[in-house]
Amino acid sequence: MTEFIQFTLSGIVFGMVYAAIALSLVLTWRGTRLLNFAQGGMAMLTTFIALEVVYKTGSYWEGFVVALAAGVVLGAVVELVVVRPTLGRPELNSVIVTIGLLILLEGLAGIFFGGQFRSFPTAFSITGVHLGKTPLGVSRFDEFVAGVVLASTLILAVAFRFTSAGLRMRAAAFNATVARLSGIRVARVLTVGWALAGLLGALAGVLVSPSTFLYPNSMDSIFVYGFTAAVIGGLDSPPGAVTGGLILGVGLSYVGGYVGGGRGSDLTAIAAMAMLVLVLMLRPAGLFGGASLRRV
Amino acid sequence: MRRVLASIVIVAAVVVLLSIKLNAFRDYQIAEIATYTTAVAGLTVLTGLSGQISLGHGAFMAIGGYTTALLLLHLSWPFVIVLLVSAAITAAAGGVVGVAAARLSGPYLAGATLMLGVALPSIASAYPGTFGGDQGLTVVFNAPAFLGANFPLTRWQAWVATATALVTLTLLASLSRGRIGRNWRAVRDDEVAAAVAGIDVARARVLAFVVSAACGGLAGSLLAVITALVAPGAFPITLSITLLTAAVIGGLGTLPGAVWGALVIVLVQPYITNVAYSHGLSATTSANIPIAAYGLILILIMLAFPQGLQGAVSRLLGFGLVPLKKEDTSERT
Repeated sequence: MTEFIQFTLSGIVFGMVYAAIALSLVLTWRGTRLLNFAQGGMAMLTTFIALEVVYKTGSYWEGFVVALAAGVVLGAVVELVVVRPTLGRPELNSVIVTIGLLILLEGLAGIFFGGQFRSFPTAFSITGVHLGKTPLGVSRFDEFVAGVVLASTLILAVAFRFTSAGLRMRAAAFNATVARLSGIRVARVLTVGWALAGLLGALAGVLVSPSTFLYPNSMDSIFVYGFTAAVIGGLDSPPGAVTGGLILGVGLSYVGGYVGGGRGSDLTAIAAMAMLVLVLMLRPAGLFGGASLRRV
Repeated sequence: MRRVLASIVIVAAVVVLLSIKLNAFRDYQIAEIATYTTAVAGLTVLTGLSGQISLGHGAFMAIGGYTTALLLLHLSWPFVIVLLVSAAITAAAGGVVGVAAARLSGPYLAGATLMLGVALPSIASAYPGTFGGDQGLTVVFNAPAFLGANFPLTRWQAWVATATALVTLTLLASLSRGRIGRNWRAVRDDEVAAAVAGIDVARARVLAFVVSAACGGLAGSLLAVITALVAPGAFPITLSITLLTAAVIGGLGTLPGAVWGALVIVLVQPYITNVAYSHGLSATTSANIPIAAYGLILILIMLAFPQGLQGAVSRLLGFGLVPLKKEDTSERT
């Protein structure tokens, strides 16, 4: 029972990180109908910037804030400079552009920060917390990770639902032409969407790097699982992204923990694929995907 | 078709001459280009003609590569047979993936195939008894005896890979011009209209996956024999993404585009590496500049040539009068 609780809780923590990446992908997908393959690379770069700030100032929180700010700026700049010229062209062109950007960012990180593994500090203790005498398998910092992602998700949800800026974003995602006719500056809304996605990605980078180390490719697998989570949840649905992240995180934690013989880690990717295939066979547009848009 | 055959004879002659003139490293690069051409040609047919994306084509290369390694290791059949069996087994796997994929649309198919590309090679790590684990399996491949003992292996590898690539390109060209290719394009452009016109949409989509996977299997088989090794690390997810990149950069849906794409992914990075080293930059910098420059080049090509390099070539050669739609460029193989 103790084991079960431990695996569940640590799965939730990793699931929240996947959820943050998944949410950032959902944000850009809803706005621009584009999968941003550079999302993980952008998060890697902002985390490197945060690490430099932490080295310089000795303060975790300054690094944290700088990472988020850098994420916002990078998201907006990428949308304006790289993505916008490709919109309206064949869809795959934009995808290849984001892949090119990912490779460019990883190369730049290698040039400026080097290729070695760097450890990233945490805000709180990483020793496990106990409930009475039972070890829960998670630390104060893990609680912080889950709490921050949950809080930012809720803030986003509330903002989307109750503010006029949120209404504009939903309108632009729902139908760009009608939104434009209603006086919404769709282009600016798209940029804001990318900036928010950049913020979520940067958040994921800072939160996950203490457990993965930081190097130019360190976010690649996190991105793959975040993408998988978004697909499981349904690419149009923010609640789906969070649900998908949690399902994937907890599921992979069980596979890693219970499937013995030290093969657990090798089987992680296979288990993730099995979960993805299962969900897509039952619901081809993800758990929260709406009615199919294909006219058949 | 006559033009296709003529250009294939010319390419074959050029490759034979080059492989004799150039050194072993260049021969290896020729073999690499031919290998990637085979895989990218299959992918460009799948994504460009039938409209289905695959971000996990490296998985099919892995199946072909491991099949080849296991067959050569345990049965030591003649290589041609091994190559064909590898392609057949990979085609069967492609059929399974295709049946699952037929229900999925764009990004969901992208996600599913991406995960396939990540997960499949890790099966080899999980079962070291059969697949040699992370170290992989060594592949023994020699030049045939009648060429003499001094015949360089790399030259033979370049010939075998080029021959396979050319045969694959010819078959794909004739497929895409015929009824099957027409069905694929119809399904890609409008599923409902295609179904109304009497095309079995699901069958067309699955067939595209079978054909494309077979090409991937051939390429994996070639990769196994030119690198003398199959290991999970030889089929990373970046391989799958590189293949799609090559298909789009070259010109999606066009077979000459597959060749341009393969040239870009094989030659650009080593070239920039040489330039960086010759300018006396530090090791870290000169190791990473080619990566950054490669990313930049991908972005610039996409911004400058929306139809890929083949689109640019057609326009340069004066085919620009023909509207540059996907349908037209694919006819001009």
